[in-house]
Amino acid sequence: MTGRLAISDLEISFGSRRVVAITDLLLDHGEIVGLAGESGSGKSMTTLAVLGLAHTVGATVSGSIKLDGQELTGLAPEALREIRGRRIAAIFQSPSTAFSPVYRVGSVLTKAVRLHGATKSEAADRAAEAMRQVLLSPDLMRRYPSQLSGGQLQRVAIAVAVALRAEILLADEPTSALDVTVQAEVLDLLRELRDSSGMSILFISHDLAVVAELCDRVAVMRQGLIVEQGPASQVLSAPADPYTAELLESVPKLASTQ
Amino acid sequence: MIESPSITPPQAAVPRGATLRSGLQANPLLAVGGALVLLIVLVAIFAPLLAPWAGDAGTATHPFDVLHAPSASHLFGTDQVGRDILSRVLFGARVSPLIAAVVLVIACAVGVPLGVVAGFAGGWVDEAIMRVTDVFLAFPPLLLALALAAVLPASLTSVTIAIAATWWPWYTRLIRGQAASVAGRPYVEACRALGISRLRIIFRHILPNSVTPLLVQVSLDVGGVILTASALSFLGLGAQDPVPDWGLMIAEGQSYFTPDWWLVTFPGLAILLTAFAFNLLGDGLRDLLDPKRSFLR
Amino acid sequence: MLVFVARRIVLAIGVVVGVIIVTFAVAHLVPGDPAATWAGPHASASQVAQARKFLGLDRPVAIQLVSYLGGIAAGNWGVSIHTHRHVLSDILTVAPASLELVITALLIAVAVGIPLGLTSARRPGRPADQFIRAGSILGVSMPIFWMALILQLIFSQRLRLLPAAGEYSPGLLFTHPLIRRTGFPIIDALVAGNWPMVGSTLSHLILPAIVVAAYPAGLIARMVRAQVLDTIGDTHILNARALGFGERQIFGRFAMKLAWNPVAAAVALVFGYSLVNTFLVESIFDWPGLGSYAAASIATLDTPAILGITLFVAVAYVVANLVVDIVQAVIDPRIRLR
Repeated sequence: MTGRLAISDLEISFGSRRVVAITDLLLDHGEIVGLAGESGSGKSMTTLAVLGLAHTVGATVSGSIKLDGQELTGLAPEALREIRGRRIAAIFQSPSTAFSPVYRVGSVLTKAVRLHGATKSEAADRAAEAMRQVLLSPDLMRRYPSQLSGGQLQRVAIAVAVALRAEILLADEPTSALDVTVQAEVLDLLRELRDSSGMSILFISHDLAVVAELCDRVAVMRQGLIVEQGPASQVLSAPADPYTAELLESVPKLASTQ
Repeated sequence: MIESPSITPPQAAVPRGATLRSGLQANPLLAVGGALVLLIVLVAIFAPLLAPWAGDAGTATHPFDVLHAPSASHLFGTDQVGRDILSRVLFGARVSPLIAAVVLVIACAVGVPLGVVAGFAGGWVDEAIMRVTDVFLAFPPLLLALALAAVLPASLTSVTIAIAATWWPWYTRLIRGQAASVAGRPYVEACRALGISRLRIIFRHILPNSVTPLLVQVSLDVGGVILTASALSFLGLGAQDPVPDWGLMIAEGQSYFTPDWWLVTFPGLAILLTAFAFNLLGDGLRDLLDPKRSFLR
Repeated sequence: MLVFVARRIVLAIGVVVGVIIVTFAVAHLVPGDPAATWAGPHASASQVAQARKFLGLDRPVAIQLVSYLGGIAAGNWGVSIHTHRHVLSDILTVAPASLELVITALLIAVAVGIPLGLTSARRPGRPADQFIRAGSILGVSMPIFWMALILQLIFSQRLRLLPAAGEYSPGLLFTHPLIRRTGFPIIDALVAGNWPMVGSTLSHLILPAIVVAAYPAGLIARMVRAQVLDTIGDTHILNARALGFGERQIFGRFAMKLAWNPVAAAVALVFGYSLVNTFLVESIFDWPGLGSYAAASIATLDTPAILGITLFVAVAYVVANLVVDIVQAVIDPRIRLR
């Protein structure tokens, strides 16, 4: 349940307009890497590109995205579909809209597991097991999204990744829409997941305080470019790039209260 | 070097004040609809010049030219009393489109003020008006018009009255929604607080906000009214011979339909083309001006 | 859920009362004096007065309305001038044939409209989309009485592929008699295992059903396209894609699941439209349903029958909308849980 994602010379553009250019970004086995930057800096486009879904919003992708040495760009749609969800899972910013309002959340969960080759009973078992692993009662699978809180929904979203035994989790602003206390619970959960199963996590956030708390390494993105990357402690305590320093100054000093 | 990125693809971001040209390029169906509507209007205006046998739109009969198949002198053939069908079809562009125009003007004249009053006054006035429209809308569109036309003497006036009497509630409902949403906005509340007269608020704020959706709805409804009027004429409730009404021509041609297919075919094509043209135009206008509006009104 | 259903039923009853009042008002619009018509052309003034009293027309309008409402509720819908039978029993005799036609047409419309709408939404703006959109607008622009005549001309008169008129071949009645149980010939034939009759009813049903389906199919295709395009940018669709679901499932399942609701509303709407459209189509195909009865009533100026059918179709439409309201609540938890 662990994987290694290596991005190099990645370029994402809309027509002739280039919005992301990443020379080099690595997510190693069992690592949590933070991708930080203000909104609109190209973080979410990078997620879509790794998932092979950039085309659905009309963007084109060039360069290299390697999963354990296997090149993903230019892979056939069917091959990509088997990797999506199964090996690379993703959770998104607003958990309340991440689930279809007309399906029970458990139905999406088990459907996804079955899609990637489990039998019906196997899928039900794995779904229930995953729910327990994210500290939710499997009974909640019978609920509709409107009957769950944001924090619960985000846990269900993580449970999907757990049930699929994903090697890599792309977490795109997973805590931004949540209250502070719930936020802390979700962060704990992600950390524990990495510790117990070795899942590699690309944690995308505009919130440097959260990134500092969770991540091993940090890459700071600005206008589609990575301006700085390195160990979290180093980048956040002694930023080399003026933009990182600027971002840091806008963060309320959480570290001192901890 | 790198521009500000965005998840939204640029081609989806059509600016609100999209120019007519870019709108037409994005929506060729609108262009086709507009061109066809223009053509129909021109035919209606210039029918006397275009029709090869202009007199055939009226009481003329030609006992020796009865039921001729289409030929060089009668492109669409002749009918059961020898009239040139092409000429009657061309003059028909003056009948049902005109009915549609009159119906929609009456329906707006009744429906819009009621909607403004309901949305602006609120309370029991609103309740009363909206319950009445609910009852009218509980009839499928053609049905009530048909019942009314059936008890009134058969004529074009009856058809116009019958359709208009059943069409206004759509506009009341539409305008009421617009008026209620505008009436609740802070700047209108502010106008009231400042003691600006109700009429002034209605004319300055509520009506201008309703023009676009109303225009879209009216253009979508032209085709429907034309089809309804033709159907009533087909059932013998509308125009009477010799009016060159397309629905009536089909009803009259029905008995000669086999083997004389042209009596029915060409007037029907005219109805189809006209309704199609206005629906294309209305559909395209909705896409262009009011993309959020649904199909179910 | 029960509260929801009860509320809807109460509202529907209110609307039906309103509908009856409107029908009553239309009846009173008839030019001329119904009492004079009833008494005949050579009646004296006192005979007309007698007739007025007999018909209850001398009472205040409000009293007349109440007794009319009571009569409708009690099943007394008046007597047809043309058939001299009770209007309601006439209507109930012919209604099954129309329901059979309309329901078949709606099944065709859903089966054709949904795939077309989905195909159209897959690649918006591309030629396939433009083609389907134009086609669906053509469907809603069709003068269906004309379409009926043209299809009849092509498929029965010229190509001789399908029968031109009737519900089944009357000749079959000698060899394979149809036992009437439900009033729906297809169902009766199926229940009895009367296969030649099933084939005959089906072949007679095809043309009129296609004609009645034209408008609903166009409307449903447009609905589905608009609804799916509205949904396809949502996060939960992105999420489903990120889980590895293929485009077929994304459109056919995740996006379509949300489109079922407006489609259900559209089906209720076109159910009403189509019942009225039978007035234009049935007489052409000699289909013994509400439409033929309505057309005959209109031709003979049979006011009680016309108003009876108007009332019947309006009530059927209200009921259809009620059913769809409830079905929507079942499909969509957001309505149910509100």
